[in-house]
Parts: sequence; C-alpha cells; structure tokens
Amino acid sequence: MEEIVQHLTPILKEIWGYIFPNEIELHWGVLIVLYPYLTGLVAGAFILASLVKVFNVKELQPTYRLAMLTAMAFLIVAPLPLLAHLGHPEKAYEILITPNSASAMAMFGFVYAWYLMAVLCLEIWFEYRRDIILWSQKETGIKKWIHKIISLFSKDISEKAIHFDKKWVKIITIIGIPSAFLLHGYVGFIFGSIKANPWWSSVLMPIVFLFSAIVSGIAMVLILYMIITPVRGKQLDILCLDKLASYLFYVMIIDFSLEALDFVHRVYESEESIKILAYLVSNKLFISLVVIQLFMGMLIPLAMIALIKISKSPPDLKKMVYFISAILVQVGIFSTRWNIVIGGQLFSKSFRGLTVYKITFFGLEGFFASVIVFCLPFILLYIFTKILPPWEEARNP
Amino acid sequence: MKNFLQKIPEQVKRLSILLLVVVIVFIVATSLLTPKDFGLVGHYRAGAIQNNADKKMEYAGQEACADCHDDLWKTKNSSYHKNLSCEVCHGPSVNHVNEPDQFKPEKPRDRTFCPVCHEFNPSRPTGFPQIVSASHNPRRICVTCHNPHNPTPSQTPKECSACHAEISSAKSVSSHMDIPCTKCHETLEKHKLRPREYLPTKPANREFCGQCHSQDAKGDEFIPRINMATHEPRYVCWQCHYPHLPEAQ
Amino acid sequence: MKNKIIETDKKVERRSFLKKIAILALAPIAFGFLGATDKLKTVKKWMLENGYIPSNHKWGMGIDISKCIGCGRCAVACKNENNVPKEPFFFRTWVERYRIYENGDVQVDSPNGSMDGFDNSRTTNKKMLRSFFVPKICNHCDNPPCVQVCPVGATFKGEDGVVLVDSDYCVGCRYCIQACPYGARFLHPETHTAEKCTFCYHRIVQDKLPACVEVCPTQARVFGELNKKASPLVRFLRMNKIGILKPSLNTEPKVYYANLDMEVK
Repeated sequence: MEEIVQHLTPILKEIWGYIFPNEIELHWGVLIVLYPYLTGLVAGAFILASLVKVFNVKELQPTYRLAMLTAMAFLIVAPLPLLAHLGHPEKAYEILITPNSASAMAMFGFVYAWYLMAVLCLEIWFEYRRDIILWSQKETGIKKWIHKIISLFSKDISEKAIHFDKKWVKIITIIGIPSAFLLHGYVGFIFGSIKANPWWSSVLMPIVFLFSAIVSGIAMVLILYMIITPVRGKQLDILCLDKLASYLFYVMIIDFSLEALDFVHRVYESEESIKILAYLVSNKLFISLVVIQLFMGMLIPLAMIALIKISKSPPDLKKMVYFISAILVQVGIFSTRWNIVIGGQLFSKSFRGLTVYKITFFGLEGFFASVIVFCLPFILLYIFTKILPPWEEARNP
Repeated sequence: MKNFLQKIPEQVKRLSILLLVVVIVFIVATSLLTPKDFGLVGHYRAGAIQNNADKKMEYAGQEACADCHDDLWKTKNSSYHKNLSCEVCHGPSVNHVNEPDQFKPEKPRDRTFCPVCHEFNPSRPTGFPQIVSASHNPRRICVTCHNPHNPTPSQTPKECSACHAEISSAKSVSSHMDIPCTKCHETLEKHKLRPREYLPTKPANREFCGQCHSQDAKGDEFIPRINMATHEPRYVCWQCHYPHLPEAQ
Repeated sequence: MKNKIIETDKKVERRSFLKKIAILALAPIAFGFLGATDKLKTVKKWMLENGYIPSNHKWGMGIDISKCIGCGRCAVACKNENNVPKEPFFFRTWVERYRIYENGDVQVDSPNGSMDGFDNSRTTNKKMLRSFFVPKICNHCDNPPCVQVCPVGATFKGEDGVVLVDSDYCVGCRYCIQACPYGARFLHPETHTAEKCTFCYHRIVQDKLPACVEVCPTQARVFGELNKKASPLVRFLRMNKIGILKPSLNTEPKVYYANLDMEVK
C-alpha cells in the first residue's frame, strides 16, 4: 500500500493535461511488454522451422532443430511474466476451470496448451524419437533415464516406424503454421479488441503482431545460430545465413507495409483520438517509436541487408552485417511491443492528457524481474541443447 | 479387435495414454476446483452477489435520523436545506443510530465547512447561494447568523454582496462602482428574506441607460455620452455592455 | 419472366437447403441450450438472504449536470461507505470541473477527485465561455466491456443490471481496467483485486439509496428502477433531455446525464 502511494505521488506532478484519477496508476508494465515479445519469438521461430519441413527450404536445414528448441524454450517462459504481474498468481488456475468464453484472455490457456502440447512437444517428439532411443541405448546413468522417459519408453525404430514419424512431423508442421498464427495473432487480438483504447483498437493489430513476430523469430534464430556455431568451433553455413537474411528481409517488408498502412489509415480517418495520439507519438513515444522502432529497428536493417545483397560483398562482411541487423531488429521489435503496451496506457481515455511510466527496479513487476524472465529462455535453451542436441553431428546415422 | 490394436503404431499408443492422463487430470481438477455456486445464475459465482450485499453500511440514511430527531427534521424540511441529507454535515452515522450514546455524529462548526458548498465559484450553477468568505463577515463562524437547519439568516443581510458575491466583486472594479444596486434594481425588503418569491426589478429599455449616457443627460462630464438615435438603435444596451462591468469587451 | 421465377425457385431451394444444414449443425447446440433453459425453469429465482430477488429489479442513475455544485460530498461519502483507500489514486466516483474558454480551449481538472472541493482561483487570463461540474461514476453498462474481457468470470452484470466484482475470485489481471472506457475501475492496493462502484449494492438491496445519492445536497444525482414507471429515475428520464458518455462505443450505459455538454468524455 505505502509502496504504491510512494510510487504514484511523484507521478501526480508529471501529468500533462487531464487524466481520470484512476488512470494515474499504469497497470501493465514491462512484464506485459515481455509477454508479446516472447510469444512473438516462439511463433517466429516455429514459422522459420516450418519452412524446412513444409516448403522444403533445404538451405535452412542446419537451423531446423535449433529453431524448434528455441520456440520451446521461449514458449515455456512466455506465461511467466503474465503470472508474475497478476494480483493473485495463486488463483491463475481459474482461467482454465471457468474460462469466460467472451474473453480473449480466457482463451490463453487453451491456445497455449494446444500450441505447447499438440504442436511443439509433439513435433519435437516425433522429430527426435529415433535419436533419443539410439542415444539412450548408448548412454548410462541419469541421462539414459531422462532420454527413456522423454521417449515414453518407446523402442520401435523400424523403417516403418521412422517413416510414420516423418509423416507426422510434416502433418504437425502443417497444423502448426495456423496454430502459430493463432498463438500470436491472438496476442494481438487481446490488444486489438479493446474498443476503449484507440491506440490498440485496430483490426490490423493481430496481423501486425504476427508479422513482427516472424521478423523477431527469424532474427533471434539467426543471432543464436551465429553465436552458437563459432562457440562450438564449427563453420557457419553461409548459404543458410543468406537464406535467413533473405526471409528476414521479405517479412520485414511486409511488416513495414502493414505498420505503414495502419499509420496512414489512422491519420487519414483522423478520428476523435487523433490529437492526443499525435501528441503522444511526437512527445512521449518519439524516441522509442520514431527513432528506435522505425529507424534503428526497421529502416536501417532493411537498407543494410538490401545493400549487402546487391553489392555481392565478401562473406565476412556479410556475416557482420547480418548479425548487426538481427540485433537491431530485436531491439526494434522489443520497442514495438513497448510502444503498443506502454504507449497505449500513457494517454487518458478522456483524450485530454498524458501520464508517465516509471519503471520500478525491484519487486515482481520490476526491471530486475523482467531481466531474469528475459534470460530464462536462454538458460532453458542451453539445457535443451544438452538433452536434445540439435547439431547435425549428434544425429545418429 | 486384437488385430486392429496391433495395427496402431507404437508411438500413437504411448501418446494416447499420455493424452488420456492429461485429460483425466484436467477434468478431475476442474470438477474439484470449480466453486459449487459457479454458473448458477450466469458465468460467475452466484455467492458473489451475497458477498457484495454483505458489506457494512456507514450512512444510515435520513429517514433513520427522523425517527428520533423529528423536531430538527421538521425544521430542516421546511427550510432551504430541505433537500440536504443529515449525514452530509454530520458524517456517516450508522453507528450512532445503533448505539446513540456511544457514538456521537460530527458537528462541523468550522468556518471552512459551509463554504465547501457556498463559496463563490464561477463553475457553480447560477442561482445557487454563494458568498466570498473573505469579505462575508470575516472571522465569524457561520452558525452565529445561520441556523444550519434553517439557514435563512434571522438578521437580514445589509448588503446585496452577501449573496450576490460575483456581481458585487465585478461592480467594485468597474466605473459603476459608486452606483448603488438599488439605483437600477427596485428591491423590496422582503427579497432579503424570501429571495425567490420577491424578485428585484431589472431595467427594461434603452431609455433607462440613456438617463445618464444620452447626449442631453444631466450629470458629470466624464460620463461617456452617445447619440441615442444613431448608436445601434436596434439593440438594447446590455446586449453589448455588461452593466456590472461596462468596460468589459 | 419465366427465367426469373425459376431462378427465384432455385434460390428458395438453396436457401432451404442451407437452412437444413444449419439446423443439422446447430441441433446439438440448440438442444443443449434448450436443456439448459429447461433446467433454469426448475431452479428457483436467485434470492439473497434478506429476500431481495435480483431479477425483479433493474437499477440505473440519473445525473443532472446543471445541478451539480462541485462540493465533492459524493466522492467523500463513497470513500467512507465503501472503504475505498483515501489516497488520490483510487476512486469509485469523482467530480470533474470543465472550464471552456472563448478561444475554444477546454480545461478539465479533478483535484483529489473533488474530495477537497475546487478552489476558485483563476489560473489564466482567458475569458470563460461556460463552466460546470460533472460527477463521474461506473456507468453500469448494459453491454459492459469489462465483463466481456474478464477471463475468469470474476466481474459480471447481475440480473438487476448492476456490474459487480467478485473479489474472492478476481485474479488481478487488470484486463477489465484496460477495457473500461470511463476509467471507473482501479486495482485495490491491498487486496490486489479490481474495484469499482457497485451502486452501493449492500445499501440498495436494503432499499437504501447509494451513499453518493444520499448525500448529494442539490439532488443532482437520482437513483432508481428503470423498469418501474413510478421510480424517480423514470421521471428524470421523462423530464430531461438525456445524454450518455461515449455513445459510439455501444456500451449502453445505465448512468444518464441531463444537460450533458459536448466536451464531456
């Protein structure tokens, strides 16, 4: 209680214009920024992986298993920021037992469970099953048992069974693509369906979320691949990198067009809220939206990749440009999420004033908590790569 | 049958068992954890309605006051404060109603209390009685002149400014400052006691202002004069000039 | 001519075919629905311990802006009655002051939600065009966006039209606060659950007025039944030109304003 009052009192002085008295407390903080960012990475990494299986993009084969494990690691962490921001995390199970069918948020549990169990776990299981069985035969001790349990004690590695696995990996991937669209489009819908908030309320929101998700997912796999491969003392596959960068470029073009369309549409329709939103963008969000999201996160990487593709540069320069672009894209997409989540709460629903967001450092909803949440998927990914090595040489012949 | 079972690939069998376990756990957990009264009336806990209704009351409501204080109640109800609930001034009093001796309601006597409603504020609706407390009998507490249960002052106000604070403050800085209100408004003495029943008069025509401001009017030389025949003959004066502050644009 | 008739016949046929499909597809759902309503018929009407039957009532509020004097007694009474934290960040009801100047500028404020009244010092040399006070409160929408978004069913519109919160069941996700277009909700800093005006539910089930209505010195607030002709609210709706807040959002508020100004949002 006192903590909240101490936090809110100085904000009173920084309010511009008029905001409703209950709006001084900003409810969705940096944790809720992380949530769409993390699920975006899941959906993006999965879509990338599906390119290999469904569309037969052979060049991306080296990143397939890594992309799947990345998706898994981020998906497991994705609900944590949601849980941490709840007033009563211990009651979170209610969302599963009495979901309100009219609520976009209530569908979270089911979309999440479907995606985790019916898509990711299943696909990884079918993909790895043969290898897990062969690994467990060679190993001893605890690792043997972990692998045995993961394989659900199955032993059948006959030609027929392997063929069955392969067929199902493909089927699940085909189901998985719309599911990934659903998972992240749905996160966009949570915001896009709030008619009270003109900054969020837009039919384009789910689609913009989706494409920015694919952008961030591809960029994240690119970064991980470029860091992990040299660390393991292996050679980067430049064809694979080229392909990744091309896909990143195409999807960014779509993402950019969608965001531009959203912007033009808002300005052209120029509804009641346009004045306060224009003020919001040109003041509180100028750095994070125009400078970081648009220039650093979108235009500069687009220009860099385009230049490098046209100019037939040496591989080392290519690698460096790809890597820098991917990092910039990550920063850009994170600030996209920031601008949507935080930006949507900075202006009053009276359309007459702006408030400020002051991040706290400690506590469940603070800066450090979100740093921990952001680091968790990488730790998980490390553990996964120990249990289920995604490398080519780990495959059994 | 056996043949059919054998045909199912091993993977599917194992996954089916896992799925079955998950589904059963979910169903059992759902039936155990869902509150018994959930969904009886709508998609909510029916008991929550009772929970909301169970809160303790703080304000007893003015009917409760009338049961004991019928004399004060009658006085109040025939005064200008007839619409005022007792607990506006006396504070939440349900405890006093239940145990009259133990809990005594508030009796605000401070000079800052009445101005919460009656201090002049330009946003307030016109016609609501307002004063400027800085100039309205400063330092005397309100109840010396006004009985809160019948606020019409026993002592009739001497000055118009006691009630018409906004007008008098405007007039006091205007070139009309020396003109008494009654020069333009014929006011019966009764207006001071029953202001809405006996309204003062208002000038009705151009000629009234013309008594001072026409070219042939008698009076001091500094009074601005106009030609009544040519100066906007189609309008009455107060459509352009605010009589209490004629300098204003 | 002939062609036309044949065509229409075909259309009819197709339509009836579609209908059949729809019936086939919806039959299980429809049966389920009928079964559910049947069950409801056998269940007695929901009744509170003191005999109050929600489905017999439909509550609403009228607010006459031209009567509000901005004393803020309603906001004070609300906090007293409902144990709302006294800090200036949590309000179930508050009063706003609007000052509209001749150059078109609009200045709105609500210092401490009007709890300490409004000072009348001028902050600008601009000439005032018009000015007034507007009490704000949960609109108890008939189509409440907060109820729509609540993931667990912890906030709901009762059969009497009052939108309530089940604080034992609320998980504190704050989606309802985001969805409310009127800023009428807040998170209670101690219980960490959503909070809002209940029309003083504990009072109205005992035939008492909500605290804000009880203490309003000028009768700017009117409370009553919407579906009973003799109620003061129905009279209010008959005698005044009525406006609601943000009608374009289709929330169908049950708080009705008389003499509402275009600048009020």
